[in-house]
Amino acid sequence: MRAILIQLLMFPLIAVAASKEARLEPAPIDPRDAVSIQRGAQVFVNYCLNCHAAESMRYKRLEDLGLTQQQIKDNLMFAADKVGDTMTVAMRRSDANRWFGVAPPDLSVIARARGADWLYAYLRSFYRDDTRDSGWNNLVFPNVGMPHVLYELQGEQLLKSLPGSENDSASGAPSLVLETPGKLSAAAYDRLTADLVNYLAYMSEPARETRIRIGYAVLIFLGLLLVPVYLLKKEYWKGIHPGAPRPN
Amino acid sequence: MSTARALLQWVDERFPLTALWKSQVSEYYAPKNFNFWYYFGSLALLVLVIQIVSGIFLTMNYKPDAQQAFQSVEYIMRDVEWGWLIRYIHSTGASMFFIVIYLHMFRALLYGSYRKPRELLWLFGVFIYLCLMAEAFFGYLLPWGQMSYWGAQVIVNLFGAIPLIGDDLAVWIRGDYVVSDATLNRFFAFHVIAIPLVLLALVVVHLIALHEVGSNNPDGIEIKKRLDPNTGHPVDGVPFHPYYTVKDLVGVVVFLGVFSVIVFFAPEVGGYFLEDNNFIPANPLQTPPHIAPVWYFTPYYAMLRAVPAFLHTQFWGVLVMAAAVLIFFFLPWLDHSRVKSIRYKGPYYKVALALFVISFVVLGWLGTQPTDFLGSVGKTDIAVILARLFTVVYFLFFLLMPWYSRIDQTKPEPERLT
Repeated sequence: MRAILIQLLMFPLIAVAASKEARLEPAPIDPRDAVSIQRGAQVFVNYCLNCHAAESMRYKRLEDLGLTQQQIKDNLMFAADKVGDTMTVAMRRSDANRWFGVAPPDLSVIARARGADWLYAYLRSFYRDDTRDSGWNNLVFPNVGMPHVLYELQGEQLLKSLPGSENDSASGAPSLVLETPGKLSAAAYDRLTADLVNYLAYMSEPARETRIRIGYAVLIFLGLLLVPVYLLKKEYWKGIHPGAPRPN
Repeated sequence: MSTARALLQWVDERFPLTALWKSQVSEYYAPKNFNFWYYFGSLALLVLVIQIVSGIFLTMNYKPDAQQAFQSVEYIMRDVEWGWLIRYIHSTGASMFFIVIYLHMFRALLYGSYRKPRELLWLFGVFIYLCLMAEAFFGYLLPWGQMSYWGAQVIVNLFGAIPLIGDDLAVWIRGDYVVSDATLNRFFAFHVIAIPLVLLALVVVHLIALHEVGSNNPDGIEIKKRLDPNTGHPVDGVPFHPYYTVKDLVGVVVFLGVFSVIVFFAPEVGGYFLEDNNFIPANPLQTPPHIAPVWYFTPYYAMLRAVPAFLHTQFWGVLVMAAAVLIFFFLPWLDHSRVKSIRYKGPYYKVALALFVISFVVLGWLGTQPTDFLGSVGKTDIAVILARLFTVVYFLFFLLMPWYSRIDQTKPEPERLT
């Protein structure tokens, strides 16, 4: 039902948008899968939250996911004292600029800026590149300053140009090949990044599920309200015929 | 006498409450044949109220400070009770305001509502439209995202293209050499008080003018010409209240339904109401690769990009863009047709209006895209060629109107509403 409404509303927009982002595979995420978001939160605080802050996000908000304050404190809070604190990092911007050439962006609303599909592609598209200071490059974000933080999980990928595709990106796009396997299988790594992206999407708009739930109630209310309002109009206009000129 | 009646009498002796209610509402006679297009006037008023009320609540939590603005919007989205709802109502309301106003203006084009004796009514309306554009422009800077920032930078730079005074004027508007905290503060002041005051005053004046001359209708004939000899009221009119209050109420509920679908299920509308890039905090050192204004400005933006630089200045594009808006002011004096309504106008006007609407929509679409998105012929982008073509069509609708409206084969207007 919701999907249909959105489709109807945005049909021409989707048609336009689709052409631009056809390359990106849709991220296999489900915003109602709280367990997946919980796993994603775990990955986020372990791997991302050392450099990237999420200053709009309070730890306490994770109660949305069915966690208790104690669970949040024990499992997800390493850099803050109070559960009402926001997700900040200790790294100074000036240091970050020196180390990475750029300050890592705040990730509070990154999923709304980049889109979940982009993030899902980005996290799986790092490859070894010795010409870069970090030793890493990325297919969807060329020359990114960030090294591949999850490499011990994914392993190391290399960029392989397909034969005959030299300087010709149209016929044969360069593709990534897993050279050294990591701790996780390819499928498990995909699952992990999907969970992380699911979390990032949740974090970019924690009120999303509430919004949709209330939306149904509001539409039902307006639908019911339309009945008496329409009957009232009909009742008043019964004797009035705009189309039929009456003789004077 | 009941207490309420006594109180009313007490008031009426000191303030013309009953008289005002009668003259403006319960005995204001409106033509009885209003159709779909006539909902958008009252809906515009509704959206105005929605924007003012939601805006007041946003102002309570928003920080007009370059260091805090972006963060404070997210604070509203997360930590303020119902803040996400208020913010989405306001952001949706901004776009819906333009949708409603564009449809309201289209109604005037359909039925000749700008013609004598409604020229001033139309002029006040165009001023409201200008105010609305200013209001939307100032408001769009406030979330302090990348699109806010660079959109404002681009628009203010347009003033910089004016010969001689341009650079100084741009600095004067920004209060700085680039869009900065000073700009944000003054835009906030314009958005929350200066423009809304003017807007409200103009709306009042618009309504006074409307109630003075009376509403036009889909037949484009004056109902005041035929009064009931007994009552002195127009025979083809009905009192605004209760007839149009109950009818507009149906429009309000349906409109709120559409509004709610957006607010609750698709507040970004695929990046058209809330742009993706605006979720990245403003960064004065990083220009986004593709800067596009919000959809309601894109027809004019497409025109701006379509006009080539000439004599080493982009000023001509700015001039064309300004002319495209200001030309609406002249409409009452460009239309020389014998009839007002499209129902009795001939094929020339119908074709002209259709072409005008097509060019407005196509320009709007082109304005959302990078100029090279359709490829290019030689050195010129196809999208730019299209934009030039439709810019010419847009202007020809107005400039040729004195000619085609005069020679058009019109049908005779009816005596009474149909």
